Amino acid sequence: MSMAKILLIDDEASFLEVLSKRLETRNLTIATALSGEAGLKILAKDHAVDVVILDVKMPGLDGIETLQMIKKNFPLVEVVMLTGHATVETAIEGMKLGAFDYLMKPCDIDLLVQKVQEAKEKKIKHEEKIVQAQMKEITGRMA
Amino acid sequence: MAQCSVVQGETQRQQADKRLEYAKFRRAMTLVVTAVSMTPLLLLSAVLYFNYHAVYESKVIDHLEAVVERHALAIDEFLFERRQNVHMQVDSYPYEQLRDETLLYDRLRKMQSNYSNDYVDLGLVDENGLQMAYAGPFRLLQADYGTAEWFRQAIAEERYISDVFSGMRGAPHFIVTAQGHRTDGRAFVLRATIDFAHFNERVRHIRMGTTGLAFLINRHGEFQTGLRPDEIVDREALARIIGINFAEGVPVHLEKTNAQNQAMIYVAYPLKIKDWILVFQQDKHDAFEHLYSAQLISVSVLLLGGLAIIGTALALIRRMVQRISVAEQDQEVLQKQVVETGKLAAIGELAAGIAHEINNPLAIMVEHAGWIGDLMKAENTAAMKGYPEMDNSLREIEIQGRRCKEITHKLLSFARRTDSRVQETQLNDLIEEVIEVSAQKARYGNTTINLELDPALPVVRISPTEMQQVLLNLVNNAIDAMNKEAGAITIRTRSEDAWAVIEVEDNGQGIPEANMARIFEPFYTTKPVGKGTGLGLSICYGIIDKSGGTINVSSTVGVGTTFTVRLPVLPAVPAAPAVEA
Repeated sequence: MSMAKILLIDDEASFLEVLSKRLETRNLTIATALSGEAGLKILAKDHAVDVVILDVKMPGLDGIETLQMIKKNFPLVEVVMLTGHATVETAIEGMKLGAFDYLMKPCDIDLLVQKVQEAKEKKIKHEEKIVQAQMKEITGRMA
Repeated sequence: MAQCSVVQGETQRQQADKRLEYAKFRRAMTLVVTAVSMTPLLLLSAVLYFNYHAVYESKVIDHLEAVVERHALAIDEFLFERRQNVHMQVDSYPYEQLRDETLLYDRLRKMQSNYSNDYVDLGLVDENGLQMAYAGPFRLLQADYGTAEWFRQAIAEERYISDVFSGMRGAPHFIVTAQGHRTDGRAFVLRATIDFAHFNERVRHIRMGTTGLAFLINRHGEFQTGLRPDEIVDREALARIIGINFAEGVPVHLEKTNAQNQAMIYVAYPLKIKDWILVFQQDKHDAFEHLYSAQLISVSVLLLGGLAIIGTALALIRRMVQRISVAEQDQEVLQKQVVETGKLAAIGELAAGIAHEINNPLAIMVEHAGWIGDLMKAENTAAMKGYPEMDNSLREIEIQGRRCKEITHKLLSFARRTDSRVQETQLNDLIEEVIEVSAQKARYGNTTINLELDPALPVVRISPTEMQQVLLNLVNNAIDAMNKEAGAITIRTRSEDAWAVIEVEDNGQGIPEANMARIFEPFYTTKPVGKGTGLGLSICYGIIDKSGGTINVSSTVGVGTTFTVRLPVLPAVPAAPAVEA
C-alpha cells in the first residue's frame, strides 16, 4: 500500500521524471504535471492526491499563484514548496498562503520524503477532525 | 611604480585641463564684471570731468574778467579825475594868471594835497609849444615842445592824455593836458605830469596767484607800465591783443602757449578815457590750480576705485570659481557613485539570474545521481567489482552538488540586496557575507583573512547594501595592497562607548606619508589605468559620513595599513563628527 499520493508540479521534465522515480521507490504514488494549470486539472480529476510538491518558479501560473488556486479549490491538499531561490520572502509568502513547508532545490531526497510524510499526517489529522466534527454534528442532531 | 607615475601623469594632465578651463572662465568673468562696473564709472567720470572742467574754467575766466574790469574802471576813474583836475585849472584861471609861476606852484601844491602825490609838475605851454610857465622840480621853463608828438595832439584837443615816454627829463612819465584859449583866441595848453612810479604801482598791484600780473599797453603794443626783469610777456600774444576789435566795456580773454611752452591766459580790457588796454596775464596752470588739484584727486580716486573694483572682482570670482569647482567635483563623485551603485545592482541581478539558471540543472544532476544510488541499492552490489568506487563517485557528485548549491545560494543572497534603505544591521553578519565573496580573490592573492568579531556588537542603522560596498572596498583594497607571499588581513569588530568599530588591518605595503592626505579624495588612485577609478575610498567616506560615522586610516610603509570605521550605535547621531584623516 502506498504511503501517500503525490502530485509533482515542475516545468523541468527531466527533474520530474527522476524525482518521481526516486519517490516511487520510496513507496509513494506519483502523478506529475509540467505546469500549474496541468496540475490543477489533475487535482480536479484525482481526489486521491494527498500532497503537492510545487516548484515556485515556473512559466505560466507560477508557484504562488498555483498554490493559491490549490488552497482555494482543494483546501485539504497539503503543498510543499520547492524553490530555487533562497528567497525567504517567497517562502514566507507561501507559508502565509497555506503551504505546509518549503525546501530549497536541490534538496535531500530523504528530507523531502520526511516532509511529505509530515504533510500527509497533517492531512490525515485534519480529515479525522472533519470526520469527528461531522459525527458530532450527526450525533448532536440525533440527540 | 612606473605604472603609478603614468596614472598620476594622466590625472595631472586632466587636472591641468580643468584648471585651464577654470582660468579661462575666471578671465571671462573678470573681464565682464570689470567692464560692467567700470564703464558707468568711467562714463560718469568723463561727463563730470568735462562739465566740471568747463564750468570751472568759465568761472575762473569770469572772475579774472571781473577783476580786470574793476581795475580798469578804477584806472579809468583815476585818469578821468586827473584830466578833470587839470581842466578845472584852465577853466578857473585865464592864461595871464597861469603865467604867474607863484600861482602855478600854489595850484600844484593844492592838487598834490587835495588829490594825490601823483602830480609831479605843472606847465603852461603856448600855441607854439613853448613852455611859458613851469612849476615843478625840473628846470623846464622855456622848454620847446613844438615838435613833441603829445603837443601836437594836445593843442588840437580839449583834453588829452599822453602815452608814457621819457621826454626831456629822461624818466618815464605821462602827461595830462587841458586846452584853453587866450582872450585873443590863441590856444594854450596846461600840462600836468603824472608820477609814473605811482601810476605804475596802481596797475602793478593787480596780482593773482603766483604768476598773475597786469600791465597797460597802448594800441601799438607798447608798454605803459613797467615789468620786473623776471616777468616775461609774449610779444605775439600782445600782437593778437592789439588786433582785437573790442566792443564797448567787454573784456576779452584768450589763451596762448608762449615760447617757454607754458599755456598762458590773457584777459584784456580797453580803457575808456585813453586808448590803452589793461592786460592781465596768468599762467594757466596757476589760474586753474584748484581745478588741477581737484582733477588729480578725482583721477586718483578713480584709479584707486578702479583697482578696488578689479581686485574685488578678481577675489570674488576666484572664490566663486573655487566653489563651482568644488560643487562640480562633488557632483561628479555623486554621479560616479550613482553609476557604481547602479553597476553593482546590475551585477547583482545578473548574478542572481545566473545562480538561478544554474540551480535547476544542478538539481536535476543531483537527483539523477541520487536515482543511480537508489537503483544500485536494489542491485546485488556485492557482485560488482567496481561498486565501492562507483558509490564513492556518486557521493562525491552529491557533495559537489551541495557545494554548488551553497555557492549559488550565497550569490543569490548577496546580490538580492541592492537597495539603500537604512535598516538595523548586524555588522558581524555583513562582514561574514562579504568575506565569503572576497575569500576567493584573497586565496588567489595568497592572503588569509582572519576575523576577530565581537559577538556582542550592537546593531547600527545603515543601509546593508552600502555597508557591504564599504566593506568590500576596504577588503579588496587590502588584498590589492599585498605584495608579499603571506598576506594577512584581520577584520575586527568591537564596541566602544556609543560606537560600533570595525578595523580592517592588512600587512601590505602601506601608504606613503605623501599620499595619506589624499586617499579619500575622489579620483585619487595609485592603481594602474583601468584598474581603479579612485572612487572606492571616497565612496566609503561618503557612505560612512552620511551615516554619521567616521573613517580613519593609519599606515606605516612596509608594515601595513589599518582602516577604522566607527558607526554610531542606535539611536543614530544625526550630525557627523569631523574626520581626522
